[in-house]
Amino acid sequence: MVDAYLRRVLYIDLTHKRYWVEDREDLFEKWLGGVGVAVQLLKEELPKDADPLGPDNVIVLAVGPLVGYYPLASKTVAVFKSPLTGNYGESHAGGRSAVALRMCGFGAIVIKGASDIPIYLAIHNGKVYFRDAGAYWGMRSTYTVGRIIRENEPGAGLRTIIRIGLAGENLVRYACATTETYRHFGRLGLGAVMGSKKLKAIVISGKRLLPVKDKKLYREIYQEIYDKAVKSPLMKKYHDYGTPVNVKVLNEIKALPTMNLKKSFFEYADYLSGEFLAENYLGRRVACTHCPVACVHIATWREPYEDEPFFYKTKFVSYDYEPIYALGTMLGIKDTVGFLRLLEAVEIYGLDAMSTGACLAWATEALERGIISEKDTIVKLSWGDWKSYIKAVEYIVNQPNEFYKALAMGVEYASTKYGGKDFALAFGGLEMPGYHTGPAAHIGYLLGSRHSHLDMAGYSLDQKTLGQELTPEETVDRLMKEETWRQILSSLVICFFARGIYSPEVVSKALKPLGYDLSEEDLKKLGEEIYKEKYRLKIREGFDPRKLRIPRRILETESAKGKLSEEYIQKAISYFVQKIGLAKQ
Amino acid sequence: MNYLAKRLTVMDPDRCVGCQLCMFACNRRFGEGGLEKAALHVKSVGGFERGFTVVVCRACIDPPCARVCPTDALTPRPGGGVTLNASKCIGCKACVDACPIDAIFWDDAIGKPIICVYCGYCVNFCPHGVLALEEVGR
Repeated sequence: MVDAYLRRVLYIDLTHKRYWVEDREDLFEKWLGGVGVAVQLLKEELPKDADPLGPDNVIVLAVGPLVGYYPLASKTVAVFKSPLTGNYGESHAGGRSAVALRMCGFGAIVIKGASDIPIYLAIHNGKVYFRDAGAYWGMRSTYTVGRIIRENEPGAGLRTIIRIGLAGENLVRYACATTETYRHFGRLGLGAVMGSKKLKAIVISGKRLLPVKDKKLYREIYQEIYDKAVKSPLMKKYHDYGTPVNVKVLNEIKALPTMNLKKSFFEYADYLSGEFLAENYLGRRVACTHCPVACVHIATWREPYEDEPFFYKTKFVSYDYEPIYALGTMLGIKDTVGFLRLLEAVEIYGLDAMSTGACLAWATEALERGIISEKDTIVKLSWGDWKSYIKAVEYIVNQPNEFYKALAMGVEYASTKYGGKDFALAFGGLEMPGYHTGPAAHIGYLLGSRHSHLDMAGYSLDQKTLGQELTPEETVDRLMKEETWRQILSSLVICFFARGIYSPEVVSKALKPLGYDLSEEDLKKLGEEIYKEKYRLKIREGFDPRKLRIPRRILETESAKGKLSEEYIQKAISYFVQKIGLAKQ
Repeated sequence: MNYLAKRLTVMDPDRCVGCQLCMFACNRRFGEGGLEKAALHVKSVGGFERGFTVVVCRACIDPPCARVCPTDALTPRPGGGVTLNASKCIGCKACVDACPIDAIFWDDAIGKPIICVYCGYCVNFCPHGVLALEEVGR
């Protein structure tokens, strides 16, 4: 049932510059692929208490059985030990990465050890080439690195180029890995892990035929999924405005974190809305491979050179809801182009936009309150002043003083060192996502396996239950149920935007012509197992929900569901501890 | 003599979002997954922001690929384009080199060219109106 390519796992040892392939049908048979398999590979390869930035850390990239067969199975899952949280790290990216990995002839890649010299990996049609990246190391812009590799490697149209920027090289704990210029393994510091291994980039390409057991059924189900994807109103929404369609929605219900969450409403949010950006700056929409939606929105604007009249450059940057929150409203920026330029700086250096925004927002408030001084920040940070923020981004990357060295470690670390923890917005060490929708969102950040908003989807639960009271237990149950199912989606590496299309019924049907016989019930059970496996690994690495810090700020500022109560959140945590069986320990 | 034939045409490459659903569709004609048998190709112009190049067979009236075929495996199709007789093909790749727009692809698994048959299956899966099937005739 597991096809001949999916079950192949490529192991790469950077220390000894060698590689080999193992048949891991066992893993793909039991855990499907994607996150299910990646967690197992990480468990096998990562020694307990490994230094996240040492050679013992391991990067696993994995895809699933539906990739290359069906639309919207378009994500690659990366797992590693996070240098930001010191625990399990998981991040997903689209672009061409998933199809390229699958077409290269692998289900997963395990990258171990560390190189002594800067290198990049070129993996074409199943073969690995270790290439010298000495000339790329220290280059200012990820755009340039991408452009050079594009021109020097084969496989145009069939490849992914995953690369890091200066932030990754300089081990900023929330450095990202960028793929196809506009998509990211954004959260939890994969860029720093690659940097610590002196791994500047990974190019993957290939082309092959994937076998089908029942061809007629395959084409039928394909058509069904395709029709749903192109006709669905949700998909249209993401095609028209992209994720920033949420800016106005969240602002209206007072859930849009603004100026370090001193407020949950931004009076100038319209200038950063999906509608405004689409009408005034949208230059092109592009898609991940095998996705008809094309949610990637690229803004374009003209920038004059100051030294010569009529001398311009045309700029491009892709925008999404989260960067708008983190680098826009959180910093009080209302100047649209100012925001785009700040986002561009973050992209050039290869930082996670969300963590960067939350760090800068904390620093601005800390400066305002006199906890730190302009000697620390070098530039005067103040709400809305995007020019200063661009400079601060450069300082985070180059770390010219103690303060920026601390800020490059994340807001949890910086606020432990300097104070101001009450308004340091991090959960389990990861900076906050952009939803102050209510208790479910924050409980999700605290307890979710990634501390992100993505798996538990508390933001969605809050919005669906506006005006209703859920008990803490109900909230946790519903969040856990959602996260459990999403383990299946991320094991099949289906984009979460397509979760409405890929219901348990459709997933079960889609797997059938490929030779899988999994009922909806089987899938749900497997989701639970994968979920448990993740927490086992997290707990092995020291995760304890009872020790989580709840930032005071989230209790002070009104959310879309009113003021949040600490007691409610604590009750939810206790209930969760019981449910995952930690209480007995 | 007048012939009416169908050929694939790129209506507007700037509408292309680079999703490659057309390539998957072409490959799926045989009921299988993947991209190996796709007879068209989409790649970025050099960075996604600048858009995409959509490479399809133009169905030339006097096809250079057929002219260079040493075994007559490729023969001109009435109305333009070519037909492949795979049994005659020795896999020399002369057609690949001869095509001025790189629209002949290679099937590594069997060592033969992949030739567009102008069936238009890909058009049904282009959600953004980039591709169309048009009638040509003289």
